[in-house]
Amino acid sequence: MTETTVSRLNVTAATAVAAGGDIAPLIDVRELSLFYGPTQALKRISLTIREKLVTAFIGPSGCGKSTFLRCFNRMNDLIDNVRIEGEVKIAGQDINSREVDVIELRKRVGMVFQRSNPFPKSIYENIAYGLRLHGTRDKSTLDGVVEQSLRSAALWGEVKDRLQSSALGLSGGQQQRLCIARAIAIRPEIILMDEPASALDPIATAKIEDLILELKREFTIVIVTHNMQQAARISDHTAFFYLGELIEYDNTHKIFTNPAKKQTEDYVTGRFG
Amino acid sequence: MNSTPLASPELRRDFRAKSFDFASFLFGGATGLATLLILGILAVILINTLVNGWSGLSWRFVSTIAKKDFFDPDTAAILPMIVGTTLRVFVMTFFVIPVGVITAIYLTEYAHNTSVFTRIIRSAVNNLAGVPSIVFGLFGLGFFINFIGRNLDTLLRYDQPTWGHESILWASMTLAVMTLPVVIVATEESLKAIPTGLREASLALGATKLETILKIVLPQALPGILTGGILAVSRAAGEVAPILFTGAAYFIADLPHKLTDQFMDLGYHVYVLSTQSDNIEKTRPILFATILALLLLTFALNVVAIFVRANMRKKLRSLQ
Repeated sequence: MTETTVSRLNVTAATAVAAGGDIAPLIDVRELSLFYGPTQALKRISLTIREKLVTAFIGPSGCGKSTFLRCFNRMNDLIDNVRIEGEVKIAGQDINSREVDVIELRKRVGMVFQRSNPFPKSIYENIAYGLRLHGTRDKSTLDGVVEQSLRSAALWGEVKDRLQSSALGLSGGQQQRLCIARAIAIRPEIILMDEPASALDPIATAKIEDLILELKREFTIVIVTHNMQQAARISDHTAFFYLGELIEYDNTHKIFTNPAKKQTEDYVTGRFG
Repeated sequence: MNSTPLASPELRRDFRAKSFDFASFLFGGATGLATLLILGILAVILINTLVNGWSGLSWRFVSTIAKKDFFDPDTAAILPMIVGTTLRVFVMTFFVIPVGVITAIYLTEYAHNTSVFTRIIRSAVNNLAGVPSIVFGLFGLGFFINFIGRNLDTLLRYDQPTWGHESILWASMTLAVMTLPVVIVATEESLKAIPTGLREASLALGATKLETILKIVLPQALPGILTGGILAVSRAAGEVAPILFTGAAYFIADLPHKLTDQFMDLGYHVYVLSTQSDNIEKTRPILFATILALLLLTFALNVVAIFVRANMRKKLRSLQ
């Protein structure tokens, strides 16, 4: 296979993934570059993500996958000296345009972080926080959403008797599920997960993975992971990043069994990274 | 005892200390001595004050107002000074905490750390901490009384100087300026100690920066802010220089009634008693009793603040 055929094939595959019949993609990234001061962290990345699927970003540390993920809810705004070129469209809107209210964006694009970060408040208040922010005051509505979110995050059974006790008393895995519950409480369309299980033991990790497969029915999930088995188990599509570039993006099965690029193959088979 | 011999004799030898660690011994000893020295000085001050002041202290002394000669142990009383010092400390806290906390929030949450402007503010704060307190007194006189006070009087068309003279208000504000660095630094430290993850979590849920600061960051930082307040109170309670020109009076046979009144102050009174008395020997008991009262008052103010902080920590900890 010549170099050109490979890259043409790859493009076709990515477009095929994106097109998926005639459904418009939920996230559409075109030529996205990101700079930290003079260093370029992301290099002209284009990809599309479809609704209600799990899309995994894999790649070695420092490849830009987390930075890329944080472009979807503009968390990179918080860092000084970050410059972005190109376009990120979510549901057809360029999220970096001036008219976009970042608050509204973050209500629609939730996030779960690598280190579980529950607020030092009660379990109940953690879930209710987002709702209260956005104006829900009614006690019974709050109660309902808290219960429903905890049920969706498979945590209700474990915490229903101690909703008023501190969230920091939960185990690591429970805390991370609480963070997921907190994110889904405000009903986002997309949930970004930045290595959500990397600090957890295998049992807690398995619970989070089951949960992701469950949540996929209602939400579009984009997950960054450096655990390749995890990507293989839970994602529909996988994107492989290396040194700030998107190397390959395809159906997860294809990425892990028959990748188009040598670099991808080397990485998924554990030859480097 | 029949212990099994170790497989290799080297193992046993390796655990044995090679020689006496003289440096560690010396350093440990030195730190202990330094601590003892501090404790010793404190003990000397306290014992000396207690021994000399105990006889001068009485309920009448602390609860009445001296109408005439306050150098005479039979008529001397310090209620106005106790009230004056307490008031100026509280009024100062009222000003210094909000300004200090807001500045610290700006510096940690909003300012770009690398910008020249931020560096200038930070070095200004540090320099403020190094300014001699008498300079603050002169600043208070020039800025608060002569500039703000007098102009207020002109603006409000008062016939008598109402704002443009020494008062509790201006003395307290002068002290607030002096203790500002303490509050700023303590608040900054407590804000920095709050994990970025918490801020990110809040922002990612669609909270604004302001909401994040008010609902997540500040509640966590409260004990640290109070520590700043406690340090400021301790520093200000005993200060005399800044209030010399801005509010402290030599003698008023009454309690202060409003914030624009002048007041008598415990620290300043100690200075007056020790320098202006005709008969040092006769005045000594009330001099030391006044010092004792000042120490006890500072201690009491601290205890109150520490109690409030402990309560707050307990509340926070119940959620941790």
